[in-house]
Amino acid sequence: MSIDMNQFLQTFFEESFEGLDDMENGLLNMTAGEPDVEQLNDIFRAAHSIKGGAGTFGLNSVTDLTHKLETLLDRLREGESEVTTDGINLLLESVDCLRSLLQAERDGTEADPQQAADITTRLAAMVDGGDGDSSSNGKDGDDAGSTAAADDGSGPGGGWRIGFTPEPHLFMTGNDPLRLLEELSELGEIQVSCDSSSLPALPDLDPEQCVLSWTIDLYGDVERQAIEEVFEWVEDDCSLTIAPLELAAGDTTTAPETASDPQAASAGEPAGDDTPQKPAQQSSGGNASTSSSIRVDTGKIDNLIDMVGELVITQSMLNELGENFTMDKLEKLQDGLAQLERNTRELQENVMRIRMVPISFAYSRLPRMVHDLMRQLGKKVDLQLNGEETELDKTVMEKIIDPLVHLVRNAMDHGIEAPEKRAELGKQETGTLEMNAYHKGGYIVIEINDDGAGISRDRLLGKAREASLVDNGEELSDEQVFDFIFHPGLSTHDEATDVSGRGVGMDVVKRNIKALGGNITVNSTPGRGTRFAIHLPLTLSILDGQLFRVGDQVYVVPLISIMESLQMQGGKIKRMAGTSELYEWRDDYIPIIRLRELFNETGGGALENELMVVVEEDDRYVGLHVDELLGQQQVVIKSLKSNYRPVTGFAGATILGNGTVALILDIAGLLELAQARDEVLTKGANN
Amino acid sequence: MANILAVDDSASMRQMVSHTLKQNGHTVVDAPDGKAALDKAKQQKFDAVITDVNMPNMDGITLIKELRKLPNYKFTPLLLLTTESAPEKKQEGKAAGATGWLVKPFDPEKLMGAVRKVVR
Repeated sequence: MSIDMNQFLQTFFEESFEGLDDMENGLLNMTAGEPDVEQLNDIFRAAHSIKGGAGTFGLNSVTDLTHKLETLLDRLREGESEVTTDGINLLLESVDCLRSLLQAERDGTEADPQQAADITTRLAAMVDGGDGDSSSNGKDGDDAGSTAAADDGSGPGGGWRIGFTPEPHLFMTGNDPLRLLEELSELGEIQVSCDSSSLPALPDLDPEQCVLSWTIDLYGDVERQAIEEVFEWVEDDCSLTIAPLELAAGDTTTAPETASDPQAASAGEPAGDDTPQKPAQQSSGGNASTSSSIRVDTGKIDNLIDMVGELVITQSMLNELGENFTMDKLEKLQDGLAQLERNTRELQENVMRIRMVPISFAYSRLPRMVHDLMRQLGKKVDLQLNGEETELDKTVMEKIIDPLVHLVRNAMDHGIEAPEKRAELGKQETGTLEMNAYHKGGYIVIEINDDGAGISRDRLLGKAREASLVDNGEELSDEQVFDFIFHPGLSTHDEATDVSGRGVGMDVVKRNIKALGGNITVNSTPGRGTRFAIHLPLTLSILDGQLFRVGDQVYVVPLISIMESLQMQGGKIKRMAGTSELYEWRDDYIPIIRLRELFNETGGGALENELMVVVEEDDRYVGLHVDELLGQQQVVIKSLKSNYRPVTGFAGATILGNGTVALILDIAGLLELAQARDEVLTKGANN
Repeated sequence: MANILAVDDSASMRQMVSHTLKQNGHTVVDAPDGKAALDKAKQQKFDAVITDVNMPNMDGITLIKELRKLPNYKFTPLLLLTTESAPEKKQEGKAAGATGWLVKPFDPEKLMGAVRKVVR
């Protein structure tokens, strides 16, 4: 009945990584000198579970390390050792080390054995350092489980005489003498005699009390230890004597004719293969790391099932309607189709929701990072994470982690001042780093606020002038100035530091966020702090689009970027030097892009009375001249990059209801395209 | 064959214990902590309970104490499945009313050996 335990390895890895995260969080919340027993217990329990599982799966390096870890944690929670900052940091390092050991096991790669050995040594040193005479704690005590080895080793060949007199309360321990005798019979032939002399008269009998005792002769070459193991659970609930048979015999018992039937041997037969537990990805531990999985709240799945149920009902209703349709049922048909549309939309929304994960996934690595940075930079920071339940698309989540990490590093390094400096400035020594996440319209907003030094507007502007990004007399709004922080090569810090100057600049942050269809803005008050706000789309693959026609082609523009659609009035169209045209819109002038021209369609004349769609991107507005506005609908974005090649000005393509393909405009790219064209034309005109 | 309640906060451990017991023809109900286990034990009578020691909400020792207070579980085999090899834990378990114990690392043979000691 060998059972392959490796099928449970995947579950073990999953829960271990969760356990390590819990340990890490617990450790981060711990303050030196103030042991929180509850918290220590939780951390201990997590380590304990990992140790238990690792032992089962033969992951010895993990078992060894968790064992040491446990010893230290135990001393801490018993108050035998003090919780020190060094201790917490060592525990955190151990968590990291365990994580990499487990990752290596999961991925089938080699972990660095030196790291584990190093941590193990340091853990042992800390345990020993706690107080002098505790060295025994560091030794592997795992074998203590079995009772002390038998004094006289193997049996005398002839067998044993066992005297077994249970205490009256034996039944109350859940043990049954009969089972023990059966187990003995598995060791060899036995002959049992029962002493019922203590049995009272029937009226006085208390069936809950055990009043019998037994003498058992066990024949054969049996080790004494094996017998002791049989009685291991009851050794305190009985008086037990075990003596070699030759010495004890002779007086009463003779050799057995037929020993009692070893009936108990039948207990362990395998039954049918009834193992349908949790179907989720338990196939094999080996290649599990390659498939990415997502943890979905069961409520979401239940919703989905409800939706499908409704869809089926609608479909059967429409079926019935279609079977013998007459024109007088037209209204019913339309109702049914409307219902179908509603169902489909709801189903779609719910399916998309499955991909949504709470932002706490992205948050989770921040406390640890802030903790480490505080130590490294000698700063004090209170990290506040708000809106942890806010959900966003899993892909977006994975890709937003790096930018977030970068921004937090920056805030810690350049934003928040050293405690002395803060005290000098009359601020609280501990700085505050606040993260907020919330939904706003079709976007998720993530804010990073710090109450640090802020960004010097003048200095940034100076740098921008140095780099000839701004003409000397040009006046810029705060927003425009702060936006320079995302310009490649512009840093107000003259030297890169170990913490944030790692070659990945703010321009990369911005680019990554842009790639997700998002946007980042910054606002800062010198001396008061800086606020970054990241806007991200709810989901990547579906958008609400406005369809329009240019020439013979249908195009889509994301509804969310449309400010207004209007018919151009002649008086508001202004012609600038060269060919660029502007339109007076809401007390401002915005450039007009003639899409006909841009897309190399023929035709195009006066703009008056023609249609214009005003779109916004990055707080820049532009008017798109289109031929005709069509309907609005949700479109599924198909990537041009993966199906064809990237094309500037287009975010992708989609398939419309009639089967034709429509290109989806990318406003930012379009602006670039128009600008490049204007430059070429202007140059041409100037020459 | 017996109806057994398996209690452990570790999902992999629960799966392994359940799987092993089922392979050997027993029926198994599992619970992630002592509190949940106690609720389940009150709803139906199990022939045996196998529990981890260190768990959130209610630990294994307390669970055993609570179970022993129920008339239904006065004589029921209650086994501790634990990594605590220290003798004092076993004593604590015994004092609480545990029938016996099994030391992790989990080994299917050991588990079945222990189960055979208490149920058919």
